[in-house]
Amino acid sequence: MIDFVRNVRLWFVPEEVRQEGGTPDYRFSLANERTFLAWLRTALALIGGGFAVDQFLPDLRWGWRVGLALALLAAGVLCSLRAVNHWARCERAMRRGEDLPVSRFPALLSLVVAVVAVVMVVVVLVGWEG
Amino acid sequence: MSGTDAAPSDRDPGLQPERTRLAWRRTTLSGTVVAVLAAKTALHGGASPVSVLAAALCCVFWLAFLRIAHGRITTLAAANRPRALTPPHAAAATLCMLALAVCGAFLVL
Repeated sequence: MIDFVRNVRLWFVPEEVRQEGGTPDYRFSLANERTFLAWLRTALALIGGGFAVDQFLPDLRWGWRVGLALALLAAGVLCSLRAVNHWARCERAMRRGEDLPVSRFPALLSLVVAVVAVVMVVVVLVGWEG
Repeated sequence: MSGTDAAPSDRDPGLQPERTRLAWRRTTLSGTVVAVLAAKTALHGGASPVSVLAAALCCVFWLAFLRIAHGRITTLAAANRPRALTPPHAAAATLCMLALAVCGAFLVL
């Protein structure tokens, strides 16, 4: 948690990042940037999925529909926060010449997406019967 | 003749700035889809003042992201060896996403 707070400070104080270690090859920085953008697109897809649940499953009961949509929106928020945090950690590790940070987040996200998909199948089947 | 005299630094076989530019464009395009879905949600639900405001804010944040992306693309194009993305830039792009999600919550509720 303290690590996270320190990282958040680094997002807004770039000079501190630049003082650490040496500047890595610009291509590595650009690759890190593209990974960050790919995670942002994942977050956008989750947010768009939240809108889609709300719009394209009108036969569902209100609670289920809003619950699913909010869960997807919350997943989008988490995903974008993680994107910038991981980007900053990778950037710092490259400057210091350390190993890149590992993360459980991709595994966690795929489990969540799988669960949401199963819930949606069940809810759509049950919702259309009732 | 062999070309070894030319500075090897002039040629980037991976076209990294190009790919990064396209990644920014793709991300902006994904944001456009979300903004359009937000507008559709607002207009579909009887267009209450709150939902219209939330959809309008979604468009504002989409424009903000477009501006950030354009600024970054300009930086990428300006130099042969572009500088790395700065943390405030990354944080601003993330904030746009967070704002989109929060507006989305107001639209869905």
